[in-house]
Amino acid sequence: MMPVGEHWDLSLRHLALDAISAARADSGGLRPQALYVANVLAPALSGQSHLGALLADFTGLRGVEASTIEASGASGGVAVRQAYLALTSGALDVAIVLGVEKITDKASGQVQAALATSTDSEYEAVHGVTPSTQAALLMQRYLYEHGAPKDSMAGFSMTAHQNAVTNPNAMFRKAIRHEQYARAPIISEPLNTFDVAPLGDGAAALVLARAAALPNRHDYPQVVIAGSAVSTSALAVHDRPNPLHLTAASQSAEAAMLQASLSLEDIGLFELHDSFSIFAALSLEAAGFAAPGHGWKLAQNGDISLAGKIPISTFGGSKARGDPGAATGIYQLAEATLQLQGRANENQVPNAAIAMTQCLGGSGATASTHILRRPN
Amino acid sequence: MAETKILKPIREAGFAGYGAYIPQYRLPAKEVARVWTDGKGSLPINEKAVAGLDEDVITMSIEAARNALARAALDPTEIRAVWVGSESHPYAVKPTSTVVAEAIGATPHTQAADWEFACKAGTEAIQAAIGFVGSGMANYALAIGMDTAQGRPGDALEYTAGAGGAAFIIGPAEDAVCVIEGSYSYATDTPDFWRRANETYPEHGERFTGEPAYFSHIQTAAEFLMEATETTASDYRFAVFHQPNTKFPVRIAKSLGFEQEQIEAGLLVPDIGNTYAGSAMVGLTSILDVAEPGDRILMVSYGSGAGSDAFSLRATDLLPERREAAPGTLSYVKRRTEIDYATYARFRGKLVLK
Amino acid sequence: MNRLASMETSQHWRLRQQRYALVGEVCPHCTTKIFPPRDICPDCGEDARDLYQFSGRGEVYSHTTVYQAPSGHSSNAPYPVAIVRLEEGPLVTAQLTDIGDQPVEIGTQVEMVTRKLGADGERGMLVYGYKFRPILAER
Repeated sequence: MMPVGEHWDLSLRHLALDAISAARADSGGLRPQALYVANVLAPALSGQSHLGALLADFTGLRGVEASTIEASGASGGVAVRQAYLALTSGALDVAIVLGVEKITDKASGQVQAALATSTDSEYEAVHGVTPSTQAALLMQRYLYEHGAPKDSMAGFSMTAHQNAVTNPNAMFRKAIRHEQYARAPIISEPLNTFDVAPLGDGAAALVLARAAALPNRHDYPQVVIAGSAVSTSALAVHDRPNPLHLTAASQSAEAAMLQASLSLEDIGLFELHDSFSIFAALSLEAAGFAAPGHGWKLAQNGDISLAGKIPISTFGGSKARGDPGAATGIYQLAEATLQLQGRANENQVPNAAIAMTQCLGGSGATASTHILRRPN
Repeated sequence: MAETKILKPIREAGFAGYGAYIPQYRLPAKEVARVWTDGKGSLPINEKAVAGLDEDVITMSIEAARNALARAALDPTEIRAVWVGSESHPYAVKPTSTVVAEAIGATPHTQAADWEFACKAGTEAIQAAIGFVGSGMANYALAIGMDTAQGRPGDALEYTAGAGGAAFIIGPAEDAVCVIEGSYSYATDTPDFWRRANETYPEHGERFTGEPAYFSHIQTAAEFLMEATETTASDYRFAVFHQPNTKFPVRIAKSLGFEQEQIEAGLLVPDIGNTYAGSAMVGLTSILDVAEPGDRILMVSYGSGAGSDAFSLRATDLLPERREAAPGTLSYVKRRTEIDYATYARFRGKLVLK
Repeated sequence: MNRLASMETSQHWRLRQQRYALVGEVCPHCTTKIFPPRDICPDCGEDARDLYQFSGRGEVYSHTTVYQAPSGHSSNAPYPVAIVRLEEGPLVTAQLTDIGDQPVEIGTQVEMVTRKLGADGERGMLVYGYKFRPILAER
C-alpha cells in the first residue's frame, strides 16, 4: 500500500511498481501468472489505456497475462473477484491484483468531468451531474425521508479521522471535532467538505494464491477469501426504484455471506465505501447492520469505532486515509488483511477473525463484497 | 390607390393561437446609468428583461410556441411552417426554426426557416404565413418574433436592448381568436441601424434613427393601411407599435391620432425593454390578453434598414376562452428577479475571459 | 477545453426528441410510462417501444446545488440539480432553472422547460434539453 496523497514525483507506473514490489516482498516472493489492474481514470487523466501490458512490463512481470478491470469505484473489488474466479477454477495458482490511480496530474474541473463519466453520461453527466451531485441528492432525500438531523453523518467523518491518526498511509492524520464538521464549507448541499472523501494518488496490491501454491513458511497467518461477490443495479440513480436502497450492495453482501456460511453477527469489522458519508449509512443499511433510516445512528454511539460492535473505516476509510478511486477495494482488502493478521498496530480491532469489505462503483451501481477469514 | 397595395389573401386568415415569452431577469436602467454616467441623465425605460445563462432565441421561441399551441389546441403535426424572425439567432448558419419545430413536435412535414429584418423579422414571418394559409397552401403556420438584443457596453442601446418575444399560429379565419383584416408592408433603403457580419454589437445613426427612419416608416405604413381599410384611429380599441423606448411609440401614436389609453395595454417597453423582433408582437399578445370579441387592433412594426409592416386585426368570439389555456403575458412581465450590472455582464457574455 | 462530458454531435442528435420534449415510452403490456426510454419495461420486463409524450409536470424528489462544476459546465455554475418525480411516475435527473428568490424544497411542483444545456466550446454545437422550473404563476 502506498500512502494516498499528492505524489508529485511519482507517475502511474511508479506508483504501480512500488505497490507491487511491496506486495510481492510481503508474500515471500511469489511470482504471479497474471496481473489484474483496477483503474478508472488513466485514460482520461493520464491519456493512458492498456494498463495490463504497460504495468506488467514495468513491474518486472513481462509476459504474464494482464488486463484492466473497470467498474468505477468498485473496480478493486471486481478485479479481486476476477482473480478469485481464475484461482478457484484452477486456471491460475498465483495472481496479483493491483489498484492504482494517478489523479493529481490534471486540474480539478477535468477530474470532475472524468469522474462524471461514471454516472449515466446521456442522462446525468450531460446535466452537470458528478458523483458528488449524486451523493448530495441521496443525502438530501435521506435526511428528508428519515427525518434525520442535518449533522447526522458527522459521526462517520469523525470516526474515520480518529482512526487515521495512527495510520501512516493516511492522507489526513488529524482527528476532527463535531464543531469543525458543523462549520465546514458546503460542497453541494447538504454535503460539506467533511462528507466528501479527498481524492488522491494511490496504489495497493494483493498477492492471491491457491492454498497449494503458498510457501510452507511465512511470517504471518495467511488470510482466506471466504466469500466473493459482485452485483449491479441501474447506473443512473433515477433509474432505481428506491434510490436510498443500494440493492447491489445488499445482494453482493448476501451472496458473499451465503458463500462463507456466515451471518452478520460473525462479521468482526466492515470496511465499507465511505467516499461520501451518506454511503456509509446506506451501506450499513444495505448489509443489514441497521434498518433503513437508522444507519447514521451507528455513528452516534460508538458502534462503528475500533472497539465497537461493527468497526468500519478502521484505517480512516476513504474519508481520512484518502480516496484512491478504483484502488479503494484493494486498500480495503489490504487493510482488512492486516487486521486479521494482527498487524494493524494501534488500529487493531480486538480479536478480529472475520472481516467484510465492500466497495461501490457509481453511487452503488456496482457493489463488490468480500469476506476474509483468519485461519484457525 | 391604397387598396391596390394592401395585402389581402384569397382565403381570410387569423391567429389560431398566440403565446409570449419574457425571461425573468430585470436590469434597471438606473443600474446601467450608475455604471456609465454616474447616474446622471434621463432614462429611456424603467428596466429591461435579460435572458438567463441557459436561454437564447431558440429556448425562448420554444416556450412562446408551446403557449401558442396550447391556446390553439392544435396538434403540432398540423403545422406546415415554423418561421422564426430574430436578429440574435444563436447560430450564424443553422436554423433556429428546426430546433423549435423539433421541440414542439412539428417535424418533419413542415417548412422551417429563419427570418432577418432587424426588428421586424417577426412580423415579416407573419405576413408570409398569411400568404401560406391565405393561398390555401397550408392550414397552419407558426410565426415567431424573438430576440435577446445586443447593445454595446455603455451605448445608449444598452439601457433598452431587452429579451423576449411572441409566437403566433396563423390559420383559417374560422378557427381564429383574431382575424387579420389586411396588412401592408413598406420598405426603403434607410441605413439607421446595422450590425456587420461577425460583429458582436450593432451600430446606429443616433438621431437619424428617429424622423427619417422610425417615424416616417411607421407613419406611412399605418396611414396606407388605414386608408385602404377605410378606418381611422377611433375605429381601433387598441394599437401597438414597435417600441425601441417609451417615447417613440407614444409620439407616433399621438401623431396618428391615437389616445394614450389605446396603446397602454400593449406598451410593455418600460418594464421589459426593447425586445427587437419581439417588440410589437409581444405587445400584441398583451392586448389579446384583455381584448373583447369585436375589438379592432392596429399593429405596426418597424425594422431598421428599413421597413414597417402594418396589420388591421379584429378579435373574435373564440378569444376569451382560448386565451385561458396559457400564461398571460403580464404573468411573465411580473415574474421578476432584479440583477445588477455585474450579473448582467456575466449573463450576456460581456466578461472578458481570455 | 470547455466541453460537455458527452459532446458527440450524433449522440445529441439521436436523443433530440427526448431531450427537447420529454418524449419517453409507454409499455403496451402494463401501461407503465418510461423515461428515460429504455425499450424494455422496468416493471414487467416486456418490450416497450411505443413513444409517449410526458406532460412535463412533476415534483422535486431531491435537490442540491453544484458549485464545483466539471469542465464543460463551469460557465453555468453554480447551478441547481434535482431528481424530479414526473407525474406519470418515473424519476428523472435534470437541472432546475428560473428559481429566482423562491426556495426549492422536496415536493416543490415543477414543470419542464427546454433550455441550453451547454455548448461544445466556442465553435461547436449548442446542446439543448430539458430542465425544470417552479410552475409559472398563471395569468
